[in-house]
Amino acid sequence: MTTTRRTLAATATVASAALLLAACATGGGTTTPSGSSATSDEPVTLTWWHNGVAGDNGQNPLGDLWQELADDYTAAHPNVTIKIEQIQNEDLQRTRIPTALQSGDAPDIFQQWGGGELAAQVDAGYLMDLSSVLSSDIDRLGGAVAPWQYQGSTYGVPFRFGVEGIWYRKSLFEQAGITSEPTTMDELNAAVDKLKAAGITPIAVGAGDKWPAAHWWYNFALRSCSKDVMQASGTTFDFTDPCWVDAGKQLEDFIGTQPFQDNFTATAAQQGATSSAGLVATGQAAMELMGDWNIFVFEGFAADDAAKEELRADLGWFPMPATTGGKGDPTAALGGGDGFSCYKDAPKECADFLSFLVSDEAQKRFAEKVGGLPVAPAATSAVTNENLQELAAVASNAGYVQLWLDTTFGMNVGGAMNDGIVAIFAGTGDAQGVIDLMTAAAATQ
Amino acid sequence: MTTVTAPAREEGPAVDATSAAGTRPTPTGNTTRQRKDTARKWAEIGLFVGPALALFLTFVVYPVASAARYSLFKWNGVQQFSEATFIGLENYARALFGGTDPATQAAFRTAYSEPFWTALGHNFAIIGLSMAVQLPLALLVALTLNRRFPGRAIARTIIFAPYVLSEVIAGIMWLIILDPNGIATRMAGAAGITMPAGGWLESQTWGFWVVFFVVTWKYLGLAIILFLAGLSGVPQELQEAASIDGASWWQVQWRINVPLIGPTIRIWAFLSIIGSIQLFDMVWVLNKGGTTGQYSTIASFMMQVGYFRNDVGFGSAIAVIMFLISLVIALAYMAVMLRGDSNSAGKAR
Repeated sequence: MTTTRRTLAATATVASAALLLAACATGGGTTTPSGSSATSDEPVTLTWWHNGVAGDNGQNPLGDLWQELADDYTAAHPNVTIKIEQIQNEDLQRTRIPTALQSGDAPDIFQQWGGGELAAQVDAGYLMDLSSVLSSDIDRLGGAVAPWQYQGSTYGVPFRFGVEGIWYRKSLFEQAGITSEPTTMDELNAAVDKLKAAGITPIAVGAGDKWPAAHWWYNFALRSCSKDVMQASGTTFDFTDPCWVDAGKQLEDFIGTQPFQDNFTATAAQQGATSSAGLVATGQAAMELMGDWNIFVFEGFAADDAAKEELRADLGWFPMPATTGGKGDPTAALGGGDGFSCYKDAPKECADFLSFLVSDEAQKRFAEKVGGLPVAPAATSAVTNENLQELAAVASNAGYVQLWLDTTFGMNVGGAMNDGIVAIFAGTGDAQGVIDLMTAAAATQ
Repeated sequence: MTTVTAPAREEGPAVDATSAAGTRPTPTGNTTRQRKDTARKWAEIGLFVGPALALFLTFVVYPVASAARYSLFKWNGVQQFSEATFIGLENYARALFGGTDPATQAAFRTAYSEPFWTALGHNFAIIGLSMAVQLPLALLVALTLNRRFPGRAIARTIIFAPYVLSEVIAGIMWLIILDPNGIATRMAGAAGITMPAGGWLESQTWGFWVVFFVVTWKYLGLAIILFLAGLSGVPQELQEAASIDGASWWQVQWRINVPLIGPTIRIWAFLSIIGSIQLFDMVWVLNKGGTTGQYSTIASFMMQVGYFRNDVGFGSAIAVIMFLISLVIALAYMAVMLRGDSNSAGKAR
């Protein structure tokens, strides 16, 4: 949950001039939305809340793209007016949307992060079932829609989806004499030793923000637990399978090899040069486990375009190494994204507009202009960054993609899980403690 | 108004003269005037108290009542409140001793009750430490600054400055100072103190004390200013008379100044206790009570679980507990400690 929230803020803050130019070249053409047969000619107003706000540098590529797409849509459908409100991400997710849903006066289209939060909104009867109206789009987008589905129905569609893996500095690997990307935990441990011997901090983790530390545990759980156990857990909240404790044990062992920077529990993930991303971007640490957005966070530390290019060329990415043993699918990956839902009382044009937003054409523009990872397979060709291309390939070749576990379990159990995992990092908790906290939290809902 | 009697009209008060001299053609009677005055009095009361009362009812009484209501329900804050399940006092039981259900009691005790008592313990530790550390320190500084010396105004300003700073700004400043790679580490290193493992704030043993230090830095200025104001009210003659009788500076302070600013000290202690129970902003800015809650307070725990984990019913129960603790302490303190002060103030008047 927290991870995905930061994604677009990070994307928005780092706008590359080149991408903007490219978008200008392609943005002028007219687009015909799909599924326009569903609309009537009655005047309709759609309200739309999203998190594309201007970044520190005043640029807002995502917000600009949404505005352009809305303009294109209303040009093709003169009876539709779209009223956009750009809202800062945490405000939007934590305050504005819940309050609006409670009041019964919710926006027609709003940002949707999927998983447990979506399930809670569906249970409360707030969301429009898009399964049949958008069936062709859902098929076209593929498996990435899963986090926006609940009990066999689809309640939202994603426009961005990415998996996570380990970002690293090629130059530091070279300096330490590491010749190939680690594919197993043993190789990762060997790389850690080599980096330490070369006097380089092997891995940076922003445990002060909790979720970046928790992602290590998610990955161990993904390798340790079978697909069935993993996928059932999001609805049953049954954590009795020993694989869950095993994930924590593996994490304890890994922390025992001291792969992380000093004082990692006091380290933030993204703010400042002493944050985990800052350590990697400034070359003080070699690796960081993070999602696709991290490239934009790294680039935010570059002083100018030349430094940005240099950093981009020096960044490598590889998927989480395989662990030994465990019932998990070794090719499974963890990921997450951003999407939109329609409010239950929204006019039927809402679904049609959503269909337009995730059309191949709009998705291409998203990739070109914002630099994000699109969901539509036909739009992946518009991704130019090598690392993001690799990341997209891993996602499409994955046995299955599991949504971030905190988002899957929702705020309550997910938050308890993250607290328990951080306690392992801080040395005050253990593998069983995580499961106890999660079980207790599940019993309260 | 039509039943005005003649004598009453004749007895019209002096005010009538002015009104008669004015534009009003028929002087009004006494009863009417009284009635009118009463109506006017109430209109004035309504006008002046009304807005404040409306605000108080809307933003204090209503939220308190709502929290009390929510605290009796199992509610995730997402569903409509009408869908929430009524569970009586179970949220309170969960916070205090892990709930009444034997099946989940042990799990809830570890997950909810222990962090709750830890947080509450931090609040009371801060109350105790405020009295034991901040009070003597503030008194000492106030007594020193009460003497005349060059640069006294500047010294007073500097000491009061932290209190004027916003909590968020001060908190972020301390976050930067206390960063493991920050200036605190270097300065402590120069003084021969090595940083505790994990960092100043994240260390399980140091975290709380570092936060207490920051809180003291932040709020000591208020105590000093209050004490200085109290000291300025102590008659100069008393101190001079004592000096003439051969009392040392310390004796003057201890036997004259401190007892005479007793009411001020007691008021400060009251504010400090209530503030310590509700302590939130600084702790929250300093990484939300700590990554593992090593310096959580009851308010930060409430926010963490009630708001960020969508456990709104439980969070409301914590809020109500916090409210009740503050209320009981406030009433007891006023009854026991401050009663003497208001009595003696009344006598003096």
